Amino acid sequence: MTSTGTHHERPVLGEKPDTGGPNRRPLARRARDWLTAFTFTVPALALFGLLVFAPILYALYVSFFNWGGFGAPSDFAGADNYIRLLDDPVFLGDLWRGLLLILLSVGIQLPFALAMAVLLNQKLRGRAFYRMLFFAPYVLSEVITGVLFSMIFAPDEGLADRTLGTIGLDGLGGLWFADQDNVLATVFLVMMWKYFGFHMTLYLAGLQGVPAELHEAARIDGAGPWQRFRHITLPLLGPTIRISVFLSVIGAIQLFDLVWVMTQGGPDHHSETMAVTLFQFGFKRYQIGYASAISIAMFLISLVFALAYQRFVLRRDTEGALTSMRGNR
Amino acid sequence: MPAFVRAAVPASVTGAVSTSLSRRRFLGAASAAGLATAGLSACSDSGSATTDSEGRTVVEWWNIQTTEPSRSVWPERAKAFEAKNPDVRIKLVTLENDAYKSKMTALTSSGKLPDIYHTWGGGVLEQQIDAGLVEDITSSVSTLTGTLVPVSVEPYQFDDKTYAVPFDIGAVGFWYNKALFADAGIDTPPTTWADYLDVVRRLKRAGITPVALAGKEKWPGMYYWAYLALRIAGVDGMQKAADAKDFTGDDFVKAGRHLEELVELEPFQKGYLGAGYSTPNGEAAVMGNGKAAMELMGQWAPVVQADAGKGIGDDLGFFPFPTVAGGDGALTDVLGGGGGYAVRKGAPLAAVDFLKFLVTAESDRVLVSKAAMMPVVKDATSALADPNLKDVSATLGKATGFQLYPDQAYPPAVGQEVNDSVAGLIAGAKSPEQVARSITQVAKSQ
Repeated sequence: MTSTGTHHERPVLGEKPDTGGPNRRPLARRARDWLTAFTFTVPALALFGLLVFAPILYALYVSFFNWGGFGAPSDFAGADNYIRLLDDPVFLGDLWRGLLLILLSVGIQLPFALAMAVLLNQKLRGRAFYRMLFFAPYVLSEVITGVLFSMIFAPDEGLADRTLGTIGLDGLGGLWFADQDNVLATVFLVMMWKYFGFHMTLYLAGLQGVPAELHEAARIDGAGPWQRFRHITLPLLGPTIRISVFLSVIGAIQLFDLVWVMTQGGPDHHSETMAVTLFQFGFKRYQIGYASAISIAMFLISLVFALAYQRFVLRRDTEGALTSMRGNR
Repeated sequence: MPAFVRAAVPASVTGAVSTSLSRRRFLGAASAAGLATAGLSACSDSGSATTDSEGRTVVEWWNIQTTEPSRSVWPERAKAFEAKNPDVRIKLVTLENDAYKSKMTALTSSGKLPDIYHTWGGGVLEQQIDAGLVEDITSSVSTLTGTLVPVSVEPYQFDDKTYAVPFDIGAVGFWYNKALFADAGIDTPPTTWADYLDVVRRLKRAGITPVALAGKEKWPGMYYWAYLALRIAGVDGMQKAADAKDFTGDDFVKAGRHLEELVELEPFQKGYLGAGYSTPNGEAAVMGNGKAAMELMGQWAPVVQADAGKGIGDDLGFFPFPTVAGGDGALTDVLGGGGGYAVRKGAPLAAVDFLKFLVTAESDRVLVSKAAMMPVVKDATSALADPNLKDVSATLGKATGFQLYPDQAYPPAVGQEVNDSVAGLIAGAKSPEQVARSITQVAKSQ
């Protein structure tokens, strides 16, 4: 709302002028406000409850049973499934590998995407082509990407080893996916190839909001390229970066398709993620109770991260964007 | 637990098979579930037959024949039956393997299965039987029993009762490249494990990759452990371990040790831990392109080799898994599995009639010659043309014992643990004792 007049033109909602103190409107009126808000949100709430909340609650319920998927769950197991989680080397390994993937994504993939975005924001011949080229992998389906890289990193005939061979390097001798120590790094390489273009595009969009005047002014003041990047671009790109970190972390926590197609979590679980373990127990072993416990753990990890991130990191970005009833005062 | 019946002895011996704990617990669970969900499952009332607009009885036939040649033979079989039975209509529902499995998981928990559905027998079928979802067809198919290859029915028999009709049966064994064997100066395939290891060493010395393996997919590696266990413990020993849910016995640890001996020779192709089975560069492609001398695989191996690779034609041969010195198992005991059709409880009678029609000698000959199935009817064996498949069929015909693949014989969680822990052993991450222990642990928890 723009206020160009000299007088205070803001419409007054109550009978009395707004004193800025605590809400003084009559109770009946407040109740009516709530009722209106409630009526309008019922359809959305019902859908959300049915499609999102109910399945989560059901998974929570099932996670307290030993259940193979036949009939209704009846073999109550208490917290057994959760105790078993904490003792399961595969699940604990999943947590560790998940953390590694998050660190690699945030520490390598995002800075790389940012560098590419800044580069492709310059006046450069064919930059539209490059932008499209780097974004293309993101459009490709995960399964196709997985199959593609299974071939690229295959032993002997794989493109990766052959290419490295022609420039005189030995490559990994086909052990990209087939070695316990290499497999996670290889999976990350593919992740990076697939997703950096998406983050690059986010940053590019963010860069369009950085006013050129600021750069001009800074240049006149004698600031070098690095100083301008560090003190103008980076701070103004803050909200975009914070969102991109958020998406990247949640994506790493839920990683499934790529891993399933390329390695099925192997060799010997060294590239397994939580979602892969969940799938193994749910749809291969039919231990649906335990699989539900994994899904609840995964949900809680995502939820805690999301809430904490909202509360501590995203708050200043979303402030004002989110409206609340109190904001109407 | 599945009935491991000696093929030579009729199914009557299986009276000894005890009802396992899990089974009783499961029945209890199932009945309690029945009470709890009485309201929900009221619609799953069985015994209902659907009729179409022309008043014909409709029989739903769920199958997984999504690829040729069987894809077009299946509807043709349905038509042939309908021509003889004008008051019945067979409705085919064809689903892809994995889609079928997940759909069936949902259906079994709702308690409503299709009239006729594909089954691999073993643990999953047994769970469905225990939940009261499968029709006991013992008496209806008793006339068939004498005409079928005995081992073909075994995956579907529990406590002397038959729950499905087979349409395919196969065996796992070594497929080898005769030309590469000759290059290494080996004239006859090995018959003992010691000889086998020697063959592997000689192939390596000749610069040939001895064995192709799909390490990524786990189940091909499991065959080695399962066959070694079968050769050492024998069919009865396997049965006892399954009944007692205890695989920590010496025999099973020894199976792991022998597999370790093989792994220590580094016999597998480069990058085998990341290799798939039927993918480009996978196990079948390596064999099919003549880049490895052997693979341990089921009767489908030649087709997949030719599909994923070029195929090695007449160079391909088959020999049974070698015996282990001091073991109770015979060279003629077979690890294998097949496909069959079970009938839901309360399905129309026409469903069983159709299955009986499907495995008449005349019809099975069509399945063998046109749909590339292995014969389940003795009289249809002559319809086999491929010399390698004839070998497999002969192996099955003279089988002295039969063991269903562990990942199908046991409940899914146990089967997957066998696959997973044996994969760990092949990757060098698990000891034979750990493999035996972790399988036992999962089995006991079932």
